[in-house]
Amino acid sequence: MNILSHDAPRGWRLRVVLVAVVTALALAPFLFPGAKAIGVAEKICVMALLAASYDLLLGYAGIVSFAHVMFFGMGSYGVGLALYGLGPSWGAIVLGAAAGLGLGTLLALIIGLLSLRVQAIFFSMVTLAIAYAVNVLASQLSSITGGEDGRSFQIPDVLKPGFKLGEFVGVAVNGRTLAYYLVFFVCAALFLALLRIVNSPFGRVLQAIRENPFRAEALGYQTVVHRTLATCLSAAGAAAAGALNAVWLRYVGPDTALSSSIQIDVLVIVVIGGMGTLYGAVIGAAFFVIAENYLQALIGKLSVSAGELALPLLAQVLHPDRWLMWLGLVFILAVYFAPTGIVGQLRAKD
Amino acid sequence: MSAADTGAALPRAKIEWLPALTPLLVALLVAPFVGSFSTFATLTLAGLAMGMMIFTMASGLTLAFGLMDVLNFGHGAFIAFGAYIATLVALPLTGWAQSDSLALNFAAFLLALAAAAAVSAVLGYAFERVLIVPAYGQHLKQILITIGGSIVIEQLLYALFGPAPIPISPPAAFRGSFTFGEIALEKYRALAMMVGLIIFVGQLLVLNRTKLGLLIRAGVENREMVEALGYRIDRLFIGVFMASAALAGLGGALWSFYRGQVQASMGAELLVLVFIVIIIGGLGSVGGCFIASILVALIANYAGFLAPKLALVSNILAMVLVLLWRPRGLYPLSGR
Repeated sequence: MNILSHDAPRGWRLRVVLVAVVTALALAPFLFPGAKAIGVAEKICVMALLAASYDLLLGYAGIVSFAHVMFFGMGSYGVGLALYGLGPSWGAIVLGAAAGLGLGTLLALIIGLLSLRVQAIFFSMVTLAIAYAVNVLASQLSSITGGEDGRSFQIPDVLKPGFKLGEFVGVAVNGRTLAYYLVFFVCAALFLALLRIVNSPFGRVLQAIRENPFRAEALGYQTVVHRTLATCLSAAGAAAAGALNAVWLRYVGPDTALSSSIQIDVLVIVVIGGMGTLYGAVIGAAFFVIAENYLQALIGKLSVSAGELALPLLAQVLHPDRWLMWLGLVFILAVYFAPTGIVGQLRAKD
Repeated sequence: MSAADTGAALPRAKIEWLPALTPLLVALLVAPFVGSFSTFATLTLAGLAMGMMIFTMASGLTLAFGLMDVLNFGHGAFIAFGAYIATLVALPLTGWAQSDSLALNFAAFLLALAAAAAVSAVLGYAFERVLIVPAYGQHLKQILITIGGSIVIEQLLYALFGPAPIPISPPAAFRGSFTFGEIALEKYRALAMMVGLIIFVGQLLVLNRTKLGLLIRAGVENREMVEALGYRIDRLFIGVFMASAALAGLGGALWSFYRGQVQASMGAELLVLVFIVIIIGGLGSVGGCFIASILVALIANYAGFLAPKLALVSNILAMVLVLLWRPRGLYPLSGR
């Protein structure tokens, strides 16, 4: 189990669920052909990576960041603007991803050094403020970022639906399939890298700092350095997820790359999946994205029926736009009654 | 806690003056760039008034943190909630607000503010009992749970009042401006400044000059000791949290009259501003919060006039500079 950094998921239920999710994702283009299903699978991969990198901060280091989506957006905008400006080439993708990653990591370093010196709680507030400012900037600097409209761009032909490769088990294999596998394999590789990080001595120190910062410091570990480094690693992971997502969507804009609702989604995924275990991010992301894409529509139908029954308030509350409220409620319940999340529940029943 | 606290005769705390003078320094620094004196004075007065409104909102948050060690990410939702309550009260009273009688104008305005504060305090009570009580002493859990609470409140506001902004205007007597020669000051801003100042002085007096304030401060220092002396500290703390929520609601009401509209998303925007203020001021410090509110509002006003492009990030820049100079803010509470 070296590839899992000797941190195999404990508990047979957890293993079964994980194997099912990963197999489904690995074979998604063939198991679930169709544009929507594959889009859902792609989003699960990206959200899993995004949530896993967030969990490095939230679950392992015990600090709450509100700028995680900002780093995601930097990766997205890096790739998006590079492809928009330089035309569709692999060079542009690499250059853009590197720029987004570099900028994100640098900013994470600055934020960390600035705000983690005092108290982890400072960090939460500073990241909230800075993420808000970056969001506003991205909308305002429309000559560069395309403003609210964002930018649509071309990607290399190999990744486009028009690039036909023939058929496999009755399903047409095209550039879109290749793009999906690009996302899937990069996400998987980065996930394993994160798993390696949290199981390294560095990861252990992070957990020690989370449990008792004073004691960790007394043992000679510099809390600021460790926390800041965790912030940088987490930012890099988020930026990579953003870059992949931009390539997949062929579009980058505030709604898909910087919106604060993505930040809430990530928070919910990590908490529902289970903080402090990266597998929670995968299961949480799968659970969440599927619920968002299929359950939300169902609730919307309930809202319409409530409207027909002349229950306006119920119709309002069940309206698809109020999805966030239900997330908030589930989130609160999860924090109180299932702090170990789905992973904890699956393990406990063993 | 620290060695200094146990000395026989408590030495009087040394007051550092430089942080308190930062707003003045900024004003003096900017003055030559603005050019005309009247413009500068107008900007400064407007900034002071805005600062007082921000202070009203921010002091609630800093109070709850300083006294109860609770950082409430739901504060923004309270602000928006208070603004809606003020609107609900102000709309039926439009007749009073439009009349020529100054007394009726005042009555409509004060009723709206009082209702906003009172109902927000009730919401704060429920919020504290249901969400915060199980999370005392655990920062991570507090942050998560208050975020969850704020999402639910904000979405309920959307569900109840719809996403479109609701227009609201101050009573007739407070529209228009006072002019002193070339210098102009909107009447409403003058009024908001008064309200903010009253709240600041009131807070200082209650905390430093009453038995209630003494008990609260003692409870912060050593909770068990105060309980052993027979005081119900948990009730005291609920009161502090309700006061914090009331201040948020009051500030939200003041702000919405000033902006002329109410919408649910205002909470999230103002929460960012309020966070910047209490980071600059030093978490938990009422005095620092006061200075920081003025500083932030002045900088925002000057930047809006001199370099509108920069205005969006001027607050963040101010925060970064202050943190580089004093990593814990202008007036940090000792011991935390």
